[in-house]
Amino acid sequence: MAKEMNGEMDKESLRQLLEKHESEPGALIPILQEIQESFGYLPEEALVFVSEEVGIPLGKIYGVVTFYSQLYLSPRGKNIIRVCHGTACHIGGAERISEAVSEELGVGEGATTEDGEFTVERVACLGCCSLAPCVMVNDETHARLSPRKIKRIVKKYRKTRVD
Amino acid sequence: MHLSSNDSRTVVKVGLASCGIAAGAQEVFDYLAEEIRTRNLPVRLERTGCLGMCFKEVLLEVLEEGNKSLLYGEITRDRAERILREHLEDGRPIKDWIIMGEGIHTPLENFFSKQRRIVLRNCGIIDPESIDDYQDAGGYQALERVLRSMSPEEVIEEVKGSGLRGRGGAGFPTGRKWEFARNAPGEPKYVVCNADEGDPGAFMDRSVLESDPHSVLEGLLIAGYAIGALEAYIYVRAEYPLAVKRLKVAIQQAEERGYLGKSILGTHFGCSIRILEGAGAFVCGEETALIASLEGRRGMPRFRPPFPATSGLWGKPTCINNVETLANIPWIIINGGKKFSECGIGKSRGSKVFALAGKINRGGLVEVPMGITLREVIFDIGGGIQNGGRLKAVQMGGPSGGCIPEALADTPIDYESVTGTGAIMGSGGMVVMDESTCMVDVAKFFLSFTQKESCGKCTFCRIGTLRMLEILERITDGKGHLRDLEILEDLAQKVKEASLCGLGQTAPNPVLTTIRYFKDEYEAHIEKRRCPAKKCRALISFEIIPEKCTGCRACALCCPTEAVSGEKKKPHRIDQVKCIKCGMCLDSCKVDAILVK
Repeated sequence: MAKEMNGEMDKESLRQLLEKHESEPGALIPILQEIQESFGYLPEEALVFVSEEVGIPLGKIYGVVTFYSQLYLSPRGKNIIRVCHGTACHIGGAERISEAVSEELGVGEGATTEDGEFTVERVACLGCCSLAPCVMVNDETHARLSPRKIKRIVKKYRKTRVD
Repeated sequence: MHLSSNDSRTVVKVGLASCGIAAGAQEVFDYLAEEIRTRNLPVRLERTGCLGMCFKEVLLEVLEEGNKSLLYGEITRDRAERILREHLEDGRPIKDWIIMGEGIHTPLENFFSKQRRIVLRNCGIIDPESIDDYQDAGGYQALERVLRSMSPEEVIEEVKGSGLRGRGGAGFPTGRKWEFARNAPGEPKYVVCNADEGDPGAFMDRSVLESDPHSVLEGLLIAGYAIGALEAYIYVRAEYPLAVKRLKVAIQQAEERGYLGKSILGTHFGCSIRILEGAGAFVCGEETALIASLEGRRGMPRFRPPFPATSGLWGKPTCINNVETLANIPWIIINGGKKFSECGIGKSRGSKVFALAGKINRGGLVEVPMGITLREVIFDIGGGIQNGGRLKAVQMGGPSGGCIPEALADTPIDYESVTGTGAIMGSGGMVVMDESTCMVDVAKFFLSFTQKESCGKCTFCRIGTLRMLEILERITDGKGHLRDLEILEDLAQKVKEASLCGLGQTAPNPVLTTIRYFKDEYEAHIEKRRCPAKKCRALISFEIIPEKCTGCRACALCCPTEAVSGEKKKPHRIDQVKCIKCGMCLDSCKVDAILVK
């Protein structure tokens, strides 16, 4: 998903994106979200471009990006594993689910595997509390997990890639 | 959406909200859709939202001729195959799998009998992606009535008369909030639906948005009419992709039917609704932080007053209501504020939705009349504690709330009584804890959450919570001093007093309530270096009971640090130096030979 900025072509699509939001005051966050949607993260050049076009100082944009936990300044893995650490999941053993994921992938929370396949995240609550502990892989939620079960699930995603 | 349009008599509904899908409902649904088509069965397959019985997901309801309903629980693809064959083709319901139905007595009957479903009136019954279903259930009649026959002032009076208070946690009277915004000078005005449900352990808003999005839109439009707003926003948490999707579908449908836009239902009132997805900041659930985020800035709270009702989005009068609050509104308009206020106790009228989770048998979503006791909710509706365990405490109000001990389980649920225990009503998370839950660990859990989510503006919230967290970590590591409890309480008071917004003002609550009700547990950690619940890793050890061990090697194979050794078919041992106390051996042992000390 993550890709580099590609000169003029990407600038043109960014320009179109900004035009779309022109009439909406304060649309910086949706703009950043859409850029992230297409690049997988927020490339520096894109932020510089937005700053110049919209007239918001780059420092301010940086301030916004670093404030929100779901805006990213560096590329992330193809698969995003979000381990839920809500109250119910915590009581249900979320810490051990996290450990199992880290063991399986060899990276800790917040990190991306070397092959760029997986990023592991720790999230506050997925709102699936009655089926705790749970994990979201991309947009799919897996519930009623055990350390063993989550390892199997992670393996499955890895296998899909090989096929 | 009616997937099979031939005029069939039997209707099959599958619950497709997030919890259902997580349990495998989409697979069941797709399988049934395919089979019904290929077998050409006279069955109509429909999707529906969340009925609240998460503990029995996947749910499948068969509505036979004459609307006789049979509800199946814990359905898998294989079970769906048998239901298809025996029930739908041969007309023989599978009694063992039915969890509820007319004329069938099951232990689950009281799950609904003690509930009062106003907000959840359509959840799990209608198709959340069908405006027809919503209208068939009486949807948009309230909006129509308001626009055709009521003045904004009359709407506000009706809502005031209902006694409805904000369901997001703070409990401010909704009608008065509307009145402030209506009377505030300044144009244009805005209404905002706060769907930034961030409390860990709470999923009421997600469920309502996924199961009955139109009711929230209708409530939001009525609010817009009442205060005189032309623009409405819904600020949704980014972790809720399905809710966002269904809201978008609902908005488009409402536009097509003329319930949204420049001239709604041909009247002079016009209002548009825009969805904004949060970007992952818990503090944005706070009104002024939410506004900052809507304006494209860092979501940091500011000093109040001025309150958003007088100076909110772009400095204009802005009314912010929670999802559940808004979902109540259409019902109140149709049935009258008086009818709503008949339910409830004291200053808490109507009903409240709770998300039951934790060590409870029937985890799910329930809506109960205000004034019901915690015990009734946990035991009568929630079916008591898992594995025959004992109730130790119930956590209400998430990171802003507190842990209410078993001794206070007869507390009635109303804003004032719950506050009296040191917890808060909050948005509706109710996490049930048994003897295996360490209360110091729970306090640490919530504090590490608020510590991380503190926006950093107020020093005491930013640094005070960190110091408190360090102390709690010290205690759970077995390095605490008795003096720590005093320091904790002192810091807690200062953090409460010196923070601008609700996050900091309430962050110490989980610590304070656990010290208040479970001081002995803190003392055990500090004085005896022991964790009574056997949770805190630094204070426990795992051992193998040689008499019980069969030498099956299950634990040795799963141990990540190879701390378990021993010959096959002979008792094994755990090397305490290598052991990281992950507990994998405990889970893998089939003969209960692992002892936690």
